Amino acid sequence: METSFGITGKGYVIIAADTTSARSIIKMKTDEDKIKTLSPHLLMAYSGEPGDTVQFAEFVERNIRLYQIRNLYALRPAAAAAWIRRALANSLRSRKPYGVNLLVGGYDTASTDPHLYWIDYFGAMTEVPFAAHGYGAYFALSLLDRYHDPEASLEEGLAVLRRCIDEVAKRLVIDPGKYKVKVVDKDGVREVEL
Amino acid sequence: MARRYDSRTTIFSPEGKLYQVEYAMEAISHAGTVLGLLAKDGVVLAAEKKVTGKLLDLSATKEGGYGGSGEKIFLLSSNVIGGLAGLTADANSLVNFARTAAQQHLLAYDEEIPVELLAQRLCDMKQGYTQFGGLRPFGVSLLYAGYDPHYQFQLYRSDPSGNYSGWKATCIGANNGTAQSLLKQEYKDDIEVKDAIGLALRTMSKTMDSTTLGSEKLEFAVLTLDPVTKQPKAKIYRPAEIDALLEKEGLAKKDDDTEMKP
Repeated sequence: METSFGITGKGYVIIAADTTSARSIIKMKTDEDKIKTLSPHLLMAYSGEPGDTVQFAEFVERNIRLYQIRNLYALRPAAAAAWIRRALANSLRSRKPYGVNLLVGGYDTASTDPHLYWIDYFGAMTEVPFAAHGYGAYFALSLLDRYHDPEASLEEGLAVLRRCIDEVAKRLVIDPGKYKVKVVDKDGVREVEL
Repeated sequence: MARRYDSRTTIFSPEGKLYQVEYAMEAISHAGTVLGLLAKDGVVLAAEKKVTGKLLDLSATKEGGYGGSGEKIFLLSSNVIGGLAGLTADANSLVNFARTAAQQHLLAYDEEIPVELLAQRLCDMKQGYTQFGGLRPFGVSLLYAGYDPHYQFQLYRSDPSGNYSGWKATCIGANNGTAQSLLKQEYKDDIEVKDAIGLALRTMSKTMDSTTLGSEKLEFAVLTLDPVTKQPKAKIYRPAEIDALLEKEGLAKKDDDTEMKP
């Protein structure tokens, strides 16, 4: 019952993902971090096929880091998302594709605005004001349609996120449980408590 | 002594020199001058054409394409203009490489290649010819006039050894020492494009061998930001536009110079 959310607001992006690691009907772990910090101003939430997720996320993490070391400055969110999308699209056309869905959120220090990208394992990508992956998406997207505000403060953004999480906990057969929430803005990446 | 180490591009002489690389740089110091100026709101390139003459067919440069007469100044990417000094055939090959590198970056990252990265791509290849060998290094120096969101407007220069550096105003090719000392005196940090154009043309007219400037001896380009889209806009001047510009700056040749005029 994996669920992840992404919400943009005034100068920030919130990325949230549940922390449950499950196999079949068994909960294996309840404090799994499914959000990677790719660069000082870039976050990526990953979900999907167990095993594929961590493998692909680490592959992306190393490549983004390599670019930053080689080229003095980090990739901008749009460029990083384009590269990640291509990696997934190439993977889909290989013998063993990665089954990984992603939310990439970042703050562009060159143009000073936040960006959020929704990417699925087919290699489809769109830039969106808010996004969700997993079963939670079925309930949360309608809520976000109603309550999302691109000019909202961080407190207001977190309140909308809390509303989504509560709705998913109420309606889904199995509650995804605890969430990890990270924010990226002009000061970089930080974790926040809900 | 030099002779024994002349023919190998990759072998040091006892004095610690790579002669083929130094000869390549020497070849460039006889080539047509290319001058670059970094302004607050843009970058300016001016170049001296060497292949001229009354019988040269220039009809193709009057219209079509993206401007320029295809000898010294080229569009490398929509955000970078290149000015080349040296062997024209080598330069064409480098232009092709640069354009491929720029489009590969666009394909991989969905953004225009940052200017310094493009300079690095070319320099990596140029350096390869001084270490892994080949028949000879590229006899070409380049100026890169470009824009990217990281560092805004930028001007870089690279030489056959694979070195590159960023500049506010610089010059490659014949008489580059004269031009650079002129630029050093005249350049101001907060210069604007409209003044930089004049300074570039005046410096060219002082350093070029011929006494008068005209479109048959000059290529000219300016990179600015489009006021509406805020995207870089590369303008490579056509011969008629260059003549109009020279007229405006009061540097146009006098009528009695064109003897074949009806």
